[in-house]
Amino acid sequence: MLKRFSLEPSRIALNLAVLFIIALWTFPTAGLLISSLRDKNDIAASGWWTALASADVNKKGRLKGMADQVEKDGKFTVSGNLFEGADAVSGKVSAYGTKVQAPGANAAGSAVTLDNGQTLQVNGDGSYVLSSPTAFTEESGGRVFYIASQPPRFTLENYQTVLFSEGIGRSFINSLTVTIPATIIPILIAAFAAYALAWMKLPFRGLIIAIIVGLLVVPLQMSLIPLLKLYNAAGTFMGVPSKTYLGVWLAHTGFGLPFAIYLLRSYIAGLPKDLIESAQIDGANDFKIFRRVVLPLCFPALASFAIFQFLWVWNDLLVAIVFLGSGPDQLVLTGKLNALLGSRGGNWEILTASAFVTIIVPLTVFFSLQRYFVRGLLAGSVKGG
Amino acid sequence: MTAQILYAFITVILGVGGCFGYFYGSNWLLDKTFPANANNDASAVRNLRIQANIRPWLFLGPALLLLTVYLIFPVIQTLWLSFHDRAGDKFVGFANYTWAFYDDQFRLSIFNNILWLAVVPALCTLMGLIIAVLTDRLWWGNLAKSLIFMPLAISFVGASVIWKFVYDYRGEGQQQIGILNAIVTYFGGDPQVWISLPFWNNFFLMAILVWIQTGFATVILAAALRGIPEDTLEAATIDGAGPFKIFYRIMVPQIYSTILVVWTTITVLVLKIFDIVLTMTNSQWNTSVLANLMFDWMFRGGGDFGRGAAIAIVIMVAVLPIMIWNIRQANAEQKGH
Repeated sequence: MLKRFSLEPSRIALNLAVLFIIALWTFPTAGLLISSLRDKNDIAASGWWTALASADVNKKGRLKGMADQVEKDGKFTVSGNLFEGADAVSGKVSAYGTKVQAPGANAAGSAVTLDNGQTLQVNGDGSYVLSSPTAFTEESGGRVFYIASQPPRFTLENYQTVLFSEGIGRSFINSLTVTIPATIIPILIAAFAAYALAWMKLPFRGLIIAIIVGLLVVPLQMSLIPLLKLYNAAGTFMGVPSKTYLGVWLAHTGFGLPFAIYLLRSYIAGLPKDLIESAQIDGANDFKIFRRVVLPLCFPALASFAIFQFLWVWNDLLVAIVFLGSGPDQLVLTGKLNALLGSRGGNWEILTASAFVTIIVPLTVFFSLQRYFVRGLLAGSVKGG
Repeated sequence: MTAQILYAFITVILGVGGCFGYFYGSNWLLDKTFPANANNDASAVRNLRIQANIRPWLFLGPALLLLTVYLIFPVIQTLWLSFHDRAGDKFVGFANYTWAFYDDQFRLSIFNNILWLAVVPALCTLMGLIIAVLTDRLWWGNLAKSLIFMPLAISFVGASVIWKFVYDYRGEGQQQIGILNAIVTYFGGDPQVWISLPFWNNFFLMAILVWIQTGFATVILAAALRGIPEDTLEAATIDGAGPFKIFYRIMVPQIYSTILVVWTTITVLVLKIFDIVLTMTNSQWNTSVLANLMFDWMFRGGGDFGRGAAIAIVIMVAVLPIMIWNIRQANAEQKGH
């Protein structure tokens, strides 16, 4: 066996190499996640990788005026806090100055004598004391420019925006409306067909199997024009809209069937013969055998196809934009995101949060059901669609 | 929102329920019409035989119907359309194909597709192989593999947003928020508008697919590596072979057929690549590929079903031999086990 724990230089190099590759692979997604949690002004102002460290921002504030002065021992003082007020920021003042050109002239905590003889001291927490030998006469005090170092700020505001006012929430529901039936219906239809092709006596069985396997090669794009024409004709004929959820479910079912039947048939055909035969002797008909014996046994195959199909339908853009309308009641997440890329291309706070909403479901499915997913993938190298 | 959820819920229940209803209903009807427990034996036997003849078609019916409507009919129809003019009325022979042959945009798309074919499958397989071998010897290898594998669960559109962010460009002197330009400017280079960079922009789009598909290659190749008998590796080690020699001489030959399957699977995917180009560049800046060209001719402005269909046929003809090879390979492997 290979040694798994040791501290040889080659092992360390190996670990570092893998770490490097993983960093490379997760960096783009990490960028998306971190950005989506940042303030929208921050996203446009600095790279997401700076979000974890505290950032220096230049700020300005105005000191209080005569109304707040206090006289003590013949000296007049005004005190307050730069962080209080309308555009208050939290953080820490690292330096300050009274000229816009030099906001970092004086370190926080040090006192400075101004041109008019007043003394100003700004502390790290934003508090300041301005003292003068004569009384203050101005309505409001002078301006102070300072550098505040802000701790990392994260917010869920972007998510609130996209979910409730950008229509992502609605598209999320549309996506579920498309995906759930488009996953269950093909499983059901394919499982019945696979059982029939594996265990039931019927003419042309070999031919049907060959045709179904042959259909694995048909590229999806090919079906679009003829189907769209068919849908339009059917829609006009029956006087219903041609773009319906039913239409998109059936389309996904049709496109997913060859792979589903192929995968399930080879699994169901591999079940022990005795099992089926003994059930037949007990007088069960094929419908009963299928429900009671076969269905529970082929759960792993059903699960791997279900995950495969779920991710495929959820992530699909082409079928959805061709067979579903682009109104808010039908636009799915991928379509919505694609539309946002065009219309809100510069609004990274919208794009990043929306993108994360669209990928959170597949990622959850993937991480929780990874085992089945990998199995489906191993079989799925033949999927054409 | 609540109304929408309720509506969605009802739609889902109706759709799925209808499907269940068909199978239960049709089988129930069959059992009722030809009861197996009929009053005399002769009719019971007859009914059972009728049931056995009808039931397979009840099981197969929906699948055959859907396959016919959604795959067989479109293939025939597309073939037919590709020999007809833009509206599909007049037979034009091979005119659509000869048009494609001389069309600059088509040639560009073919060229780009070949570029993709040359780069993506090779790079994915190579990276997958390297990662599979490296992680095989780590105690946290499985975690590493899931992280590499993760992009596979992300939609192409989602991936495009992620990568647009990576490639984001700000004018010189401004702070770059795209990581690629940030790195370039950090080392003193000039920021670039990556996705409109002539010729090279293709490679930046390919990077996305490599990012997505390497996980697929890794997982499948890692499974194959597990299948290599331990004693062949041990024998090679005893004979004094170094790790690189073991890799080239022992590991690669033994998983050669799996490498080919991975390679061809990604090749098929690349031939049909569509979403990434649509969402990243929308075929602008000379990044068009066949599927996008077809889409434009069919649905956008082009409005020429004949030409679109001809391009679809070209894609299918290109995919066909590889898929056939793949399926035969998969069947051979199944028989072998």
